[in-house]
Amino acid sequence: MKPENQAASPGFFTSKLNDMVGWARKYSLFQYPFVTACCGMEYMSVACAHYDIDRFGAGLPRFSPRQSDVLMVVGTISHKLAPVLKQIYDQMCDPKWVVAFGVCTCTGGFYDNYATVMGIDTIIPVDVYIPGCPPRPENVLDGLMKLQEKIQRQPA
Amino acid sequence: MTTAAASQKIRRHTMMLNMGPSHPAMHGIIRIILGLDGERVESADIAIGYLHRAFEKSAEQSGYLQVIPYTDRLNYVSPLINNMGYSMAVEKLFGMKPTERCEYIRVIMSELSRISDHLTCIGASAMELGAFTAFLYMMKAREYLYQGIEMVTGARLTISYIRPGGVKADLPPEFEPHIQKAIAETRNVLKECHQLLTRNRIFVDRLKEVGVISKEDALAYGITGPFLRSTGIDYDVRKNCPYSVYDRFNFDIPVGSTGDNYDRYLCRMEEMEQSMRIVEQAFRDIPEGNLMVDTEGREIPAAMMVDLAKMGETEGFVELDVNLDPTLSGGTRQYFNSVEADEKRAVLPPKEDTYGNIEGLMQHFKLIMFGHGIQPPAGEVYQAVEGGNGELGFFVVSDGTGRPYRVRVRPPCFPIMAALPLMLKGGYLADVVATFGSVNMIGGELDR
Amino acid sequence: MILEKIKEKFLDDVYETFEFRGDLVAVVNKDIVRELAQYLKTDPVLDFNILMDLTAVDYLWQERKPRFDVVYHLYSLSQNHRVRIKAGVDEKDLTIDSLVSIWPVADWFEREVWDMFGIKFKGHPNLKRILMYEEFKGHPLRKDYPYNKRQPLVGPQN
Repeated sequence: MKPENQAASPGFFTSKLNDMVGWARKYSLFQYPFVTACCGMEYMSVACAHYDIDRFGAGLPRFSPRQSDVLMVVGTISHKLAPVLKQIYDQMCDPKWVVAFGVCTCTGGFYDNYATVMGIDTIIPVDVYIPGCPPRPENVLDGLMKLQEKIQRQPA
Repeated sequence: MTTAAASQKIRRHTMMLNMGPSHPAMHGIIRIILGLDGERVESADIAIGYLHRAFEKSAEQSGYLQVIPYTDRLNYVSPLINNMGYSMAVEKLFGMKPTERCEYIRVIMSELSRISDHLTCIGASAMELGAFTAFLYMMKAREYLYQGIEMVTGARLTISYIRPGGVKADLPPEFEPHIQKAIAETRNVLKECHQLLTRNRIFVDRLKEVGVISKEDALAYGITGPFLRSTGIDYDVRKNCPYSVYDRFNFDIPVGSTGDNYDRYLCRMEEMEQSMRIVEQAFRDIPEGNLMVDTEGREIPAAMMVDLAKMGETEGFVELDVNLDPTLSGGTRQYFNSVEADEKRAVLPPKEDTYGNIEGLMQHFKLIMFGHGIQPPAGEVYQAVEGGNGELGFFVVSDGTGRPYRVRVRPPCFPIMAALPLMLKGGYLADVVATFGSVNMIGGELDR
Repeated sequence: MILEKIKEKFLDDVYETFEFRGDLVAVVNKDIVRELAQYLKTDPVLDFNILMDLTAVDYLWQERKPRFDVVYHLYSLSQNHRVRIKAGVDEKDLTIDSLVSIWPVADWFEREVWDMFGIKFKGHPNLKRILMYEEFKGHPLRKDYPYNKRQPLVGPQN
């Protein structure tokens, strides 16, 4: 929103459609928490009273991929689980974004072995990477704000 | 047509329903294939392995010390207990004993872990039944405990604090008052949750006489922990095969009578209270180590110490305090003897020695470097500790080299999951969520 | 006491008994495993009513014969004692008796050992993979399986 345009007539302001849509989208994120492992504990902390992800307009988890627009991949993805993740991603409607929560989803972390996927970006596109094993709640909120910036800039 | 004839005409068939792995109540990693007759569960086939991260293979690839971070991520709700189990197994291989103060610190930390484990379990399963308030309250209490754990270990969750031969560092002075406060908070939360849940009609109806397992079945399936105790058997590793200093504390083992979900809930609630009793007693009895920082001594930054040592100016280093960065504090000499065993083969030297003299530096790198590391004598041991869900066993095979030949974890929720179809059969579809929630399935530990 | 009783009862089929750091160990012939388990469970003095753990160890790097050990950890609730039973299984004949009929928990433990080591359990009702997926080839905890050899279902082969 560009406040400088407000002067023209009181009670109205003009803005570009892109900005408007981006603003609306970034503060009404319905997330799909794809929680598998340790990072889920920190995800709980972020969602609860102490850190309160609701302050950023992302407080409502939807457990149906059809209703959500941010896929939060929280925790290690094994090769057994990878097809499920791919399917969930394909079921989501556009526009959709993906957050890789924790180092296992970013790169595989220290689980460099036969069972784990070395980063979910080998399977699905990722918008924001939040490193850490697990990331601290502050770190998660920082990642979320980065995602919001990205959404704001995106063409409608 | 009579009604009897009409009902015969209705074709009965079993409906297959797939639950999970991506289902909010299945914690993302369990798949249950249910055979349903109407709303009744006729059969349940459980598929696990969606979080298999090859812990056992990774452990064979790394040195004994490098296994510790992997153990954190086994049961990530109570990582300190996992650390402790593994470290005790390695200590058993060596045949060594940590110091008194260290044992007390370990007990305190693992009981705090147990409380946070049960808080998470009850909070999450209550949330799955619709009691969101209880979940928020319990997470609040857990946050206070995490803050305490962070004070000591530097991390909230995956801490790698307990090491073979001791612990990473001594307790900071502000730890005890914080934990006393956290315990008081947790007691408040538990009281509130008791009021919210224990006699709540909806909650009780969902849990009582649901997911019942008999004593005999529980034993045949090798179930341990709160799950077994809810059936009325008072098996607890801390009492039956006491390890560390658990035999010195006065605590009760809560047991249930019917083995249903409600008893398991009550057992966990009471166990948290008992754990808090243990923590309080441990704080009362913990032997004094030198906890106060000596302000008299000269302190210099570690990096400067290294620079001086490079130039050979090492006079007076032996008695010097090093000003270390916060992640290393508590590992200096004044705390060292109180928390680390006198065992050069397994324990890193005090930080002054690492930075200050060549012997300390060599010893440090001998223990850290690949191909050296700590090398327990050849042999194999099984060490059991009481984890959040029951008996957590570590079976470590050593061949005398710096890498464990085999590390096997006996995961406490594995047998419970194996017995889950027994409890689901005959119940309603909606009860699957309640029963599964009471298992406290932790993926890292189940699938490893 | 436990080891003596086992030796008395099974004589030459018990190859070795020893104690290491307080753990009692008996190494036995794999053909008697089921009989031994039945005896350990039903004998009133021993009364091992819980099968705590069942796993295997691959001794390939130590070039030992037989290559695998199947390891049982038993616990008695009434007597409060533990014992470890080990039975060697050689590569030529990768089979051992299943204990599902004695302790139902062995069902999943044995499936895991089959999955990870490829040891077959005779008489097991449902011996299929448990941790890995059906498409996976090989048995990952064997020492000759490379630790980072991946077999992805989707995504690139890496």
